[in-house]
Amino acid sequence: MDTAYHRWRKLKNTCMQVLTCLCALLVVMPLGLIFYHVLKSGIGSVNWAFFTQLPKPVGEEGGGMANAIVGTFELLGLAAVMGIPVGVLGGVFLAEYGSQRLNWWIRFAADGLNGVPSIIWGMVVYALVVVPMKGFSAWAGGIVLGTMMIPLIMRTTEEVLLLVPGGYREAALALGISQWRTVLQIVVRTALKGIITGILLALARVSGETAPLLFTAFGNRFWNRHLTEPISAIPLQVFSYAISPYEDWRRQAWAGALVLLLFVAIVNVSVRLLTRDRFAQRS
Amino acid sequence: MARRPRGDRAFYWLTLLMALSVFVLIVLIGYELAHGSHLALRKFGWRFLVSSDWDPVNEQFGALPFIFGTLVSSAIALLIAVPLSIATAVYLTEIAPFWLRQVLTLFIELLAAVPSVILGLWGIFVMVPWCRVHLFPRLRDTLGFLPLFKGPIYGLSMLAGGIIVAIMILPIITSVSREILRSVPGLQREAAYALGATRWEVTRIAVLSYARKGLFGAVILGLGRALGETMAVTMVIGNRPEIAASLFAPGYTLASVVANEFTEATTDLYLHALFELGLVLLGLTVLVNCLAQLLLKTFAGAAVRPQT
Repeated sequence: MDTAYHRWRKLKNTCMQVLTCLCALLVVMPLGLIFYHVLKSGIGSVNWAFFTQLPKPVGEEGGGMANAIVGTFELLGLAAVMGIPVGVLGGVFLAEYGSQRLNWWIRFAADGLNGVPSIIWGMVVYALVVVPMKGFSAWAGGIVLGTMMIPLIMRTTEEVLLLVPGGYREAALALGISQWRTVLQIVVRTALKGIITGILLALARVSGETAPLLFTAFGNRFWNRHLTEPISAIPLQVFSYAISPYEDWRRQAWAGALVLLLFVAIVNVSVRLLTRDRFAQRS
Repeated sequence: MARRPRGDRAFYWLTLLMALSVFVLIVLIGYELAHGSHLALRKFGWRFLVSSDWDPVNEQFGALPFIFGTLVSSAIALLIAVPLSIATAVYLTEIAPFWLRQVLTLFIELLAAVPSVILGLWGIFVMVPWCRVHLFPRLRDTLGFLPLFKGPIYGLSMLAGGIIVAIMILPIITSVSREILRSVPGLQREAAYALGATRWEVTRIAVLSYARKGLFGAVILGLGRALGETMAVTMVIGNRPEIAASLFAPGYTLASVVANEFTEATTDLYLHALFELGLVLLGLTVLVNCLAQLLLKTFAGAAVRPQT
């Protein structure tokens, strides 16, 4: 049995297994490196002033990103108000109503929208909102993030609604509950955890978007006093500091990156740990 | 069938309206980009695509250097990312112990969640200096006989842009390929094992060749993402609109020229030319994404969802 050919096959088998393992390590290595460098370079500049002060003018040390942090949450709030109802109700339609053919096209379109580069969303909202309003504004920034969330939320909502057993629907309908209340109070409620997961992941995803905000929210070195004025966001501030020639600004870019990275990572990890049961069942 | 109660009908129409919003968005994207670029479309016509002049002062605009930059950086990214991601997907579905699969999957999902501006920041201050000092000189020493690896080394370059894009598309190709490999029926594997195949032979004969079409879809989906990557690429590719044979020379992509110059566009024609670049980018990504989705959706009827 133990011929030379057999040994060669076993050797090749071992080699390929080791090789794929190395590839897997190589794929996760950038993640480790990014966390390491962002922590190392950012931790020293994340202090009280960073969260409470406005950016200082060039040449002055210190200052913070308070306006950008608040701005990010304002933009996310606007985006949520727009994106969540449309996304969730659209997902309900895909899961509960419609014909196979129509839904195929809606899914196809939603997946296509997910693939549209974020910079293009920025250009479209620039033409739709910024030009008629004659200026960059928080509204435009919120609208661009909100529209980007719609297809994301629609698809995750549909996916979790389909996991609700058909028997639940039939039982509710048999009790004489109208269909729309069955959908909202039985089906959506059963899948609520999954829907919220999808919403949180979508929010985490758009919170790091920079490209579409460049010419909608535009950025602002001061507080945004009105939603029709430009507004800052952490990623915008990180970008403008990163390409600046000033040492102190670059230091702040790392700090902003650290705060943003931790926010995104915490949302992602906690959401995935909370819903691990569901994912384990599917695998 | 009796008329349904008013509440039901209202709710049905409400959800239908929301679901149809995706078509409205698609029409809006197409219309706004076409409308926003009509001056440039009319003035330059097809010449826009093949001209390599980019001279805002004299109002001469051509997209060729940017199309070139986008395609080359995406090609580099695919060359790096495809073997790595597919090997990782194989490791995750066929080889790794169960606990490690979960840990690695979480890490890969986290890598997908890293905002591109942070990747760009890391790229400028960590990766590019390392490439300039270690990787690029070594490449020039060993492969310098190729025109691809000749010329001065700046650090900010097409190759650096390609590597950053590769890091960005690794997670998506990996997770889609993993879904594909998981949807390969277990019987395929068992049949190959029963013939006495080793684990690698099972993977190659029964799994990879069965899943070929789906894996191709995953790669194309990754290409779609690579074409549209903006921030990280803008920060490391060097931003110079020229077509150079050397990968060490700076380049420029469609997405990054829009990101950099949009707010500086002083004349209408300039702005319209930028919108036309957006239109070209949209055309490329739509084409690639449609192909990817068709491949993924027809793959053995498996319900593989293109991830985001």
